[in-house]
Amino acid sequence: MTQLVKGFLRKEPPIFAKSVPGHIGCSLRDVKEDFADIPAEFKNEEGPALVELSEVEVIRHYTRLSQWNHAIELGSYPLGSCTMKYNPKINEAMARLPGFTRVHPLQDESEMQGSLKLMYLLERSLCALSGFARVTLQPSAGANGEFTGLSVIRKAIADRGEGATRKVILIPDTAHGTNPASVVLNGFEPVGVSTGNAGCLTLEVIKPYLNENLAGIMVTNPNTLGIYEKNLKEIAAAVHEAGGYVYMDGANFNAIMGKVKPAQIGVDTMHFNLHKTFSTPHGGGGPGSGPVGVTKELAKYLPVPVVEKVENSFHLRYSSEDTIGKLHPYYGNFGVLVRAYTYIMELGEEGLFKATEMAVLNARYMRKGLENTLDLMFDSDTLHEVVFSDKTLKKETECTTMNVAKRMLDFGLHPPTVYFPLIVAGAFMIEPTETESRADLDYMIETVKKIVDECHTNPELVHNAPVNTGIGRLDETYAARKKILRYTPENTK
Amino acid sequence: MTNISEGLKYTKSHEWFDPTTGRIGISAFAVEHLGDVVEVDLPEVGTEISQGDELGTVESVKTASEVYSPVSGKVIAVNEALADSPELVNESPYNEGWLIAVEIENNEELDSLMNSASYQEHCSEEE
Repeated sequence: MTQLVKGFLRKEPPIFAKSVPGHIGCSLRDVKEDFADIPAEFKNEEGPALVELSEVEVIRHYTRLSQWNHAIELGSYPLGSCTMKYNPKINEAMARLPGFTRVHPLQDESEMQGSLKLMYLLERSLCALSGFARVTLQPSAGANGEFTGLSVIRKAIADRGEGATRKVILIPDTAHGTNPASVVLNGFEPVGVSTGNAGCLTLEVIKPYLNENLAGIMVTNPNTLGIYEKNLKEIAAAVHEAGGYVYMDGANFNAIMGKVKPAQIGVDTMHFNLHKTFSTPHGGGGPGSGPVGVTKELAKYLPVPVVEKVENSFHLRYSSEDTIGKLHPYYGNFGVLVRAYTYIMELGEEGLFKATEMAVLNARYMRKGLENTLDLMFDSDTLHEVVFSDKTLKKETECTTMNVAKRMLDFGLHPPTVYFPLIVAGAFMIEPTETESRADLDYMIETVKKIVDECHTNPELVHNAPVNTGIGRLDETYAARKKILRYTPENTK
Repeated sequence: MTNISEGLKYTKSHEWFDPTTGRIGISAFAVEHLGDVVEVDLPEVGTEISQGDELGTVESVKTASEVYSPVSGKVIAVNEALADSPELVNESPYNEGWLIAVEIENNEELDSLMNSASYQEHCSEEE
């Protein structure tokens, strides 16, 4: 089973260091004459200080750098909470169709009916999966979606004349870290509430806050422990009773899609992460997309434009007196919408539901496989991810979660999310996703077991890991304490 | 066993207060859990703080953590050395790694803090 990473890696200096005066990568005609009428004081005769390299030199530079990287195309990527599932290539093929790439957002509606239809159908699909009346496709990622949903709540509260008093948004300690920030940005006041020993919210802990100051509650469901908030329906009813709204952080929707429609359990607004649940590119390869669903009552507050179907054609409607305004130029990250819609059409209803089941099954397989190797802090059933702790490991060896994570790189695996959520000491948060095969899961389990074994028998090795990667162990502390943010030949040792 | 300094007063959230000098810092237990400290954000001299309020943040390679004031009072000194040498918090949490000093307003607040023995017990419960 040992699959140490070996490759064709080359040392590679920064591109600036490779520049050779006179090397050029493209043939441009002399454009000086085109700018003859520009006043002399605005001219820069020297030109910009760009790197001078040929096309092949540039290609080799970036291809070499890419080989130092891990990617979902190379191996498992169990980064908890991030849902690093494989992104099918058909998504890319569809997003590159000329009908989508050669349309300008300001073209006449009649000339972009296909794009508008796609947006309309994607909205309908997301509504069908969640139970919401309307969905805006504009927000550019999860946190932008949170901001949008909370802005909608803020406007609804202001319209009731309670803007000055209803300020409190409850946030459990199992929520995503961006939630409190989104609350503050909307002028609300975040108030933390603790989950109990079962790792989920109870009506009891929110009861003291059910009053005229409550604007709402923001619940990540399933939460960051991978546990379903089974009391959410009851809590939502109580929050509504007190005059507040329920925001659900839907970043983990991939665990319940097809099983729960959030609108039906009392959620008023929720964001989807297309770059998680719907298999669009992620992180540095983004951009992301965070559509927001709302109930019928809140639909009038959504950002404009919204796509409407009139008879057999599609239109952008800008007129809405109650809208919170615009959040993104034009219509959101459109190319991402094409990829997400492709995923939905490829899998179909049955396939999407199956993806949910497989994501949960895989995560439970990981949990079972490692339950005697690392500590589980909660007994409750978990869904799409599982959070372990290094409690025993730390006691019995000199190694921690961070050491195990680094060592995984030597086996060609991306580490899980570490030290999050904060309520678990030395958290080691695994989300395998549904796209990993049983053999992939077994390899991850065996690797973690082997590393924990090494922590006992050869802690030195684990402390120095990774040793098989292109770049070895980085000194994170030195990097954080002595920040060098700009490259110069002198500051690169 | 965690290193706990005698003669200091402790909070549940792992800050210490020295009644003789007025200095505030974070305990060795807190430092062990934070890992290598890379940045410390502290209030200015003259700031009024209340017991339990956030007085600043300590950022490590792993996480950023709020520091809560063990007592109420006025900030009379700030450990300027930490700006260039945040590692002092790791190396010497009870001495050179102190954060700020305050002029305590109300000595009765000390009763709400733990002595080293009860803090030791609190830490073993959290381990």
